[in-house]
Amino acid sequence: MAAPASAYKDRQFLAVIGDEDSVTGLLLAGIGHVTPPPDSQKNFLVVDSKTENAAIEEAFNRFTTERKDIGILLINQHIAERIRHRVDTYTAAFPALLEIPSKDHPYDPERDSVLRRVRRLFGE
Amino acid sequence: MSGATNREAVFPTRQSLGLMKSKLKGAQTGHDLLKRKNVSEVIYHYPVVQILSSHATTEITRRIDEAKRKMGRVMQIAAFSLAEVTYAVGGDIGYQVQESAKSARFRVRTKQENVSGVFLPAFESYTTDGNNDFGLTGLGKGGQQVQRCRETYARAVETLVELASLQTAFVILDEVIKVVNRRVNAIEHVIIPRTENTIKYINSELDELDREEFFRLKKVQNKKQRDTAAQDAEMRLKLAAAEKAEAASGATSSDKENEAGTGDILGESEDADVIF
Repeated sequence: MAAPASAYKDRQFLAVIGDEDSVTGLLLAGIGHVTPPPDSQKNFLVVDSKTENAAIEEAFNRFTTERKDIGILLINQHIAERIRHRVDTYTAAFPALLEIPSKDHPYDPERDSVLRRVRRLFGE
Repeated sequence: MSGATNREAVFPTRQSLGLMKSKLKGAQTGHDLLKRKNVSEVIYHYPVVQILSSHATTEITRRIDEAKRKMGRVMQIAAFSLAEVTYAVGGDIGYQVQESAKSARFRVRTKQENVSGVFLPAFESYTTDGNNDFGLTGLGKGGQQVQRCRETYARAVETLVELASLQTAFVILDEVIKVVNRRVNAIEHVIIPRTENTIKYINSELDELDREEFFRLKKVQNKKQRDTAAQDAEMRLKLAAAEKAEAASGATSSDKENEAGTGDILGESEDADVIF
């Protein structure tokens, strides 16, 4: 069951997909990282009402599968809701996916993919 | 019959019977162990998993629920402090912050711990010293609020990292439990019945061999008896023929001798009876 060391050793950043306030706050905490040029990639994505779902999904894929240096992916729950099918089918251990509340959308445990898995596992 | 199909291909010998018996025992021991590991063994070794799960299923969901709710509160406080910043600075700092983010100060270390054969991951947060992307944020006004907001958010992120550890451990545990369950089921429903069938088969074959052997011995005995009977009859015939021949040659002398002999013996025995 052991994941090879390469699966988690270099994962040292947190990534975030969220609304402007969440991202700003988390960046202030110091999680923001931009990889050096030429392909300077940010580890955060600001989503507003104008952002398309395809863009969110693309960022989600980039953070979860393409980049190997991300240990935890934070995503606002109301944004996770927009790509729910992707979030629910995501089962890998690394990076860990964490749904976080946002200022305007209080946290609803019923919709959390991990909590639902917990419930399913224990047959509730 | 199922015994003919659902068993291992072995020769029905006593050696393989012994092998099968030890295999069955091993399977049963393994089954018991795995079943126990399934619920408690893994769990009691590890604090995170202790939080995650115990025998009571509601307990587990409650703990995670609780952790997530705590996260909700922490994030709310953090959001409030950000609102304070916005108010103090007098404008939105989001754009400025996003632009000035260059290198992560807050990072996580990932490690795995081996807990009775299961590797459970854990995140550990640490801050790299010496780089501060937001030195100029709030320089004009609201610097204090910005500083406070940063601290609040740093604490919030720490909570998030903890929760992520918990959650990842759960995800892996979920996987492990599934695998263990599959193994338990395979042992319970495939390996143990199969081995039992094999043992039954070997036993029946050995019994059959025993019966065959017994029957064969009986047959041999019968044959021997028949043979000896035939030999006896032959001997008797021969004896009778010889006696006849003897009787024809010297019957009188031998008869006298015989009578004297018996008389002696009888006399002696009578004496002995009198003495004792």
